Amino acid sequence: MTKLTLSRALNEGMRRALEADPKAMIMGEDVGKLGGVFRVTDGLQKDFGEHRVLDTPLAESGIVGTAIGLALRGYRPVCEIQFDGFVFPATDQIVSQLAKMHYRSRGRVTLPVVIRIPFGGGIGAVEHHSESPEVFFAHTPGLRVVACSDPAEAFAMIQQAIACDDPVIFFEPKRRYWDKGEVDTAAPLEDALPLDKARTLLPGDDVTVLSYGALVRTCAEAAVAAREDGRSVEVIDLRSLSPLDMETITASVSRTGRCVVVHEAPVYAGLGAEIAARVTEQCFYHLEAPVLRVGGFATPYPPAQLEDHYLPDLDRILDAVDRSFAF
Amino acid sequence: MTVQNGGATTVAPQDSELIQLLTPEGERNDNPDYPLGDVDIKGMYRDMVMVRRLDTEAIALQRQGELGIWASLLGQEAAQIGSGRALSPKDMAFPSYREHGVAWCRGLDPVRVLELFRGVTSGAWDPEEHKFHLYTIVIGDQTLHATGYAMGIQRDTAEDEAVIVYFGDGATSQGDVSEAFAWASVFNAPVVFFCQNNQYAISAPQERQSRIPLYQRSRGFGFPGVRVDGNDVLACYAVTKQALRAAREGQGPTLIEAFTYRMGAHTTTDDPTRYRLASELEAWRLRDPIERVRSYLARTGQANAAFFEQVDAEAKELGARIRAACRELPDPPPMTVFDHVYSGANAILDAERAEYQAYLDGFEEAAR
Repeated sequence: MTKLTLSRALNEGMRRALEADPKAMIMGEDVGKLGGVFRVTDGLQKDFGEHRVLDTPLAESGIVGTAIGLALRGYRPVCEIQFDGFVFPATDQIVSQLAKMHYRSRGRVTLPVVIRIPFGGGIGAVEHHSESPEVFFAHTPGLRVVACSDPAEAFAMIQQAIACDDPVIFFEPKRRYWDKGEVDTAAPLEDALPLDKARTLLPGDDVTVLSYGALVRTCAEAAVAAREDGRSVEVIDLRSLSPLDMETITASVSRTGRCVVVHEAPVYAGLGAEIAARVTEQCFYHLEAPVLRVGGFATPYPPAQLEDHYLPDLDRILDAVDRSFAF
Repeated sequence: MTVQNGGATTVAPQDSELIQLLTPEGERNDNPDYPLGDVDIKGMYRDMVMVRRLDTEAIALQRQGELGIWASLLGQEAAQIGSGRALSPKDMAFPSYREHGVAWCRGLDPVRVLELFRGVTSGAWDPEEHKFHLYTIVIGDQTLHATGYAMGIQRDTAEDEAVIVYFGDGATSQGDVSEAFAWASVFNAPVVFFCQNNQYAISAPQERQSRIPLYQRSRGFGFPGVRVDGNDVLACYAVTKQALRAAREGQGPTLIEAFTYRMGAHTTTDDPTRYRLASELEAWRLRDPIERVRSYLARTGQANAAFFEQVDAEAKELGARIRAACRELPDPPPMTVFDHVYSGANAILDAERAEYQAYLDGFEEAAR
């Protein structure tokens, strides 16, 4: 076991992938000499060379578009999009090309491209640096969408994503980059939880709280606080946003009878809506209360001095848990 | 030649900036900068006749309801056959959606292309088998794929390979094309940008896309651009051959603007009479890419009447074959809608597949 920050765990995971597969490569803005604006790729160019860790021109569509070409040539590019709000210039290449090529070619073409995106708020940034665009990609067939939440998860998941033959949109909770955690870097990757599975972080009996990314930790803290009120909260880290691991979700909600979904992205038409619909269909006779959602408002991401109001925090999560019990 | 068209003006390029090796009258005009070498002109003629026949047949099939839509290549045969024949077997081509002539040069059965326009596949040929990527319909996207592929060639140190990417005059306004130019330039990628300027992006004339001739666009990105008579198969061949050689030799990208004309509609849903004059089409008919080669071959005695009759017979045969094959293309089985979204299992999709199968089975049970 080694104590690593989430950022370092990702770095170690990518280093493993670069060592294991000569076709794996890293590309993006400032990922080489600088090591990325969050230093996630620190030192990789020095050790693997400029051909494998590539500082690109400043053009997100170009990053993803050329990554597609490299993948067609047999490479496994890992693209870094510097911030969540900068992924939109690449949306056409992701949605119209990357996601569809396997289908259009009736399986003849595979595009093992990973697109890493630091996402979410809470770091006091200027606009376009705190967004949660995951649902745009979860809504796009052909993509796998995942979010890691702690160092151990990050270490395994980034390696699994790079090894995956499908395109993977890989969300990293940027305000947790500096969180430290124990990582077993010696554990075989085959023993890690599969990339498309959710993880029960804290077991509980009274209510299921589902989240992903940065808010997993907040939900765990809320569960501890709720214990003082005599409520047993089960916290599930979704990890995979597309596909959703409904098996794990429904097994839990069928037992607890209550479900709260928590994310930073706007509640309206967010992932919580999809989960609520599916839980209602599949756990209807077990539910004691409607599925509740806690998330961002139907507003653009606000200026930094307002983000504490916008972002779900421990109290808003507990409030939703309370409301769930009011039914 | 100046032709008025609905407020815009199509100006034929100055002779000084246009590479032309065979005049519209069928006169050879060799250029020491673009040596032709040992070139199979009769083969080029045959290819152009064949793909024009394919085009005529496909339009007819669309009119008969056998194809949903067709994007005609009429008038662009020389640009496509000339450049397509310049490729070596290992070179990779990235088409847009009108490159039926290049597909032909890459040995792709035209029926595979018809499948796409009939709606039975999304054009599911094997790109690596033919070194011919899938058609790309979102304008300009493929220029980045080609550039990335070329960057892969650099990493493989495969010095005998290059990439060519096809796009149109309208595409030059797309951001992705500018990004591809920038990337190819700074990485010195072995890619040839082959722009068929057919004068129209559906209804928008080329003047709506650019104030400068398109081939000059590359200059600001730091690599050469050349304008070639896109209706001259010899010039398209020689210029493309040279650009591919330069790419393979490590000299980086070239932009080729093939100055041509879309003689037909944008697609079978389009009505060009709403935005251009018949006189313009007539003027371009005099520059027909096939006629000038025929004149040249006949006048110089390189081909006789028997040759032309033979080619016409082969074209007729091709037409009959693809007409029959197109009509016989089966609709894909319903459950294939779920195939190949992902390379492995996907719980959400797999559940939908099972549900829809059960739904369909319900009808069969009810009918029993």
